[in-house]
Amino acid sequence: MSRRVPQEQYEKTFSYKFRQWMDGTKDPFLDTVEMKSQEAFQEDGQAAEQRARDRKRIAERAYDLEKNAELRIFRRIYNVLAVLFCVLLVVMLLAAVSWLPAVGEADRPVNNEVSARYIENGLQETGAVNIVTGMILDYRAFDTLGESHVLFIATCTVLILLRLDRKEDQEKFEANDRLHEPKNDIILQTVAKILVPPIFIFGIYVILAGHLGPGGGFSGGAVIGAGLILYLNAFGFAKTEKFFTARTYRRMSFCALACYSLAKSYSFYTGANHIESIIPLGTPGAILSSGLILLLNICVGVVVSGTMYTFYVMFRKGGY
Amino acid sequence: MDFVQNFPFLSIILSLFSGPLSSVLSGRWAKRVNTAVIVVIGCMSAATLGYVMNTGEAYVYTMGHFPAPWGNEIRVGVLEAAMALFFCVIMFLSMLGGIREREEEIEEGKQNLYYVMVNLLLCSLLALIYTNDLFTAYVFVEINTISACGLIMIRQNGRTIEAATRYMIMSLLGSGLLLLGICFLYDLTGHLLMSNIKEQVGILAATGSYHIPLVVSLGLMSVGLAIKSALYPFHAWLPDAYGYSTLSSAAILSSLVSKGYIFLLIKIFYRVIGFEIVGESKVIHVLFVFGIIGMIMGSLNAIKEDNIRRMIAFSSVAQIGYIYMGFGLGTAEGVIASIYHMVSHSATKSLLFVAASGLTDASGKSPRYRDLTGAAYRNRLAGVAFTVGSLSMVGMPVFSGFISKLLFAQAAIGHRFKMLPTLIALAISVVLNAIYFMKTVIRIYTPVPAGMEISEGRTVPAREQPAKALALICFIVLNLILGLSSEPVIDLIQNGLKMFG
Repeated sequence: MSRRVPQEQYEKTFSYKFRQWMDGTKDPFLDTVEMKSQEAFQEDGQAAEQRARDRKRIAERAYDLEKNAELRIFRRIYNVLAVLFCVLLVVMLLAAVSWLPAVGEADRPVNNEVSARYIENGLQETGAVNIVTGMILDYRAFDTLGESHVLFIATCTVLILLRLDRKEDQEKFEANDRLHEPKNDIILQTVAKILVPPIFIFGIYVILAGHLGPGGGFSGGAVIGAGLILYLNAFGFAKTEKFFTARTYRRMSFCALACYSLAKSYSFYTGANHIESIIPLGTPGAILSSGLILLLNICVGVVVSGTMYTFYVMFRKGGY
Repeated sequence: MDFVQNFPFLSIILSLFSGPLSSVLSGRWAKRVNTAVIVVIGCMSAATLGYVMNTGEAYVYTMGHFPAPWGNEIRVGVLEAAMALFFCVIMFLSMLGGIREREEEIEEGKQNLYYVMVNLLLCSLLALIYTNDLFTAYVFVEINTISACGLIMIRQNGRTIEAATRYMIMSLLGSGLLLLGICFLYDLTGHLLMSNIKEQVGILAATGSYHIPLVVSLGLMSVGLAIKSALYPFHAWLPDAYGYSTLSSAAILSSLVSKGYIFLLIKIFYRVIGFEIVGESKVIHVLFVFGIIGMIMGSLNAIKEDNIRRMIAFSSVAQIGYIYMGFGLGTAEGVIASIYHMVSHSATKSLLFVAASGLTDASGKSPRYRDLTGAAYRNRLAGVAFTVGSLSMVGMPVFSGFISKLLFAQAAIGHRFKMLPTLIALAISVVLNAIYFMKTVIRIYTPVPAGMEISEGRTVPAREQPAKALALICFIVLNLILGLSSEPVIDLIQNGLKMFG
C-alpha cells in the first residue's frame, strides 16, 4: 500500500517485497532454491538385525564371554591396567618435565650460539625479514624439503585408500553425493561469490609476503585450500572440474615439488662444494628479495592448497 | 672436494624427486623409473663406499651455504655407505621378485602410486642412514611411516586395511615418543646436530646435572624406535602387515623398514648420546630383557601358526629380539653382532618371503600347511630357496645365520651377568627356530600322499616366472656370500663403527 505510486508500480519495488517477506506472506526463495530438509537417519531394519546377530555370534563363537570366565577377568584386568599405565606414564613424564631447565631463565642450554646467529645475522644472511621463514626455508631447508614431501605422500596414501577407480562405484557415489545437501543454494552461492575472491587474494598475499612478515607457504596454502573447498560446496563439481581435476593436481604438485627439489639441489650443491651462488639476496623488505625463499614459498603453497582440496574431495566422493 | 662426495646427497635428492615424478607417469613407466633409480643409487652408494674405504675417514657434507649447527648436514662413513648399498640391493631384489604379484594384486590405476611409495621409502631410508641431524631424522621417519602404511594397504582387502590401521596407530605412537625424546634432548643441550648434542651430553654426564631428564629422553627414544621396529611386546601390528600385504611390500617392510629404525637407534646410541653413557644407563637392560623374551615368544607364536607367511612374520619378531639383545649386552662386540644380524636377517627374510610365494603359487595360492604338502616338488627352485633360508634362520654353518649366532655367543662370553641368559636364550631360540622351519621344510618335501588332493596344485617351472627365479638365485648367492666370507663384512662393520661415533 502506498499513497504516492500506483499499486502496480509499488508491487515491483524492493520495499514491497521486503515487507511481504517480513509479514511472511511470500517467501522469495520458495520455488527458486532447492530446499531439502535433512531427514533423520533411519537404519534399515534388516541391517540392524544382521548387526545384532553378528555381534552376538562374535561374542559367542570367538570369545564365548558367558562361559569363558578367564577372558572376562582378563578384560577387566586389562582395562584397569591400561588406565593405571596411562596415569603412571603421565605422572612420570610430568615429573621428568619438572626436572628440565626452567622456562624463561637466561642461562638455559637452548640460549646458545645457534639461536643467537639466527636472530643476529638472519636478516643479512638470508635476506628474509621474517626470521622463522629464513630458518625453515634457508638455514634448515632440507627439513622443509622433507616436510613438503610428507604432505605429498600423505595425499598419495589417501588416494590409495579412497580413490574409486571402477566406473560403477564412481556413478554410485556421484548419485549419493548430493543426497543430504541442497543443490544450488542461493545463500551459499551469494556468500561464496563475495567471500571466495578475497580468500584467494588473502591466501596469495600470505604466500607472497612469507619472507616479509607472518605467513608463508604452509599457512597461505591452507587459506587457498579452504577457499577452494568453499567454492566447491557452493557451486558443485561441475564448476570446479573446469579448472581443477585430479590431473591438474598431479601436474601441479609435481611441478611445485620438482621446482623445489631442483632449486634446493642447486643451493645444496653450491653450498657443499663452496661455489658462489648466483642467486642475489636483494634488498630486505622488498617483495623480490631473500633469494630462493619466495619461490620455495610459492611451491609449498601450491602443494598445500592442492593437498587440502584433494583430501576434502577424496573423503566426499572418492575421486574427481 | 671430490665429485664422489656428492653422491650421498645426489642419491637422496634423486629418490626424493622420483616420487612426485612417478605420480604423473603411467604404471609401466613408473616401474622403469623406479628400477633405474634403485640401480643408479646402488652404483652411487658403491662408489661412495669405495671412496670412504680409500680415504679411511668419514666426511661431512653441508646441505646448503650454512655450516651446521645452523644448517643441515649429512655425514658419510663406511658403515653408512655400506648400509645404503645393501639396502639398495635388497630393495632391487624384493621388487624384482614381486613383479607379477604387484600386477595381479594392485588395481591398474594405482600401480604408479605404489612406485611413489617405494621411491619415497628409499629416500627416507637413505636420509635416515646419512643424516647427522636429529630433527631431519624425525622428518624422514614420518615419510617412512606413511609410505609403509601405503605399501601395506595398496593391496585392498579387509585384512590389509586392518593391518595398516594397526600399523599406523602403533607406529604413530612410536613417532610421538621419539619426538618427545628429541624435544627433551633439545631442551637439555640446545642442539639438534648429533655431534654437538654428544659434546653437550658428555659435559652433562661429567657434571652429573640433569641426569633424570637425560635418562627419560634416552628411554623415550629407545621405546619409540622399539615400537616402530616391532620389539616383542609391541609386535601386534606385524603379523598381519607382513602376512597379507603384497609380496614386494612384505619383503621390503620386513627387511628394510624395521632395519632403518634400528639403524637410527644405533646412531642415537653412538653419535648422539655416546655408547658409554648408554651402557651406564638402565635402558639397555630393559632392551636386553625384552629382546630375550621376544626371541622366545616370537618363535613360540610362529610354531602355532598355520599360515606360512604369518609364520615367517612371527619369525621376524624373534629375529628383532636377537638384535635388541645384542644392543642390551652393552659392548661393541654385541653391537657388531647386532649389525651383522641386521644384514643377515634382511637378506634371509626377503628370500623366505619370495620363496614362500613361489611355493604358494604351486599350491593354488593357499598359504596353509596342508596345501603346501609336496610344494617343493612342484616348484623346485622355490623349494631349494626356502630350504636355504630356513637353514640360515636356524643357524646352520655355511649360511649367514650361523655367523650371526656365533657372533652373539662370542659377544656374550665373559659378560658378568648377561652371559648365561644370552647363551641359554640362544640355545632355546635355535631349537624353536628349528622346530617351525624344519617342520615346514619337511612338509614341502613330503610327497602328496595317495588320497589327498591339493586343490589347484600345479607344477610351476622356473621358466614361467623368470624374474622371481632370478631374484631367488641372487638371494641364495647373497646368503652364501654372507655365510662363507663373513670376515670382510665383519671387518667393514668394525671399521664403520669406529668411524661412526
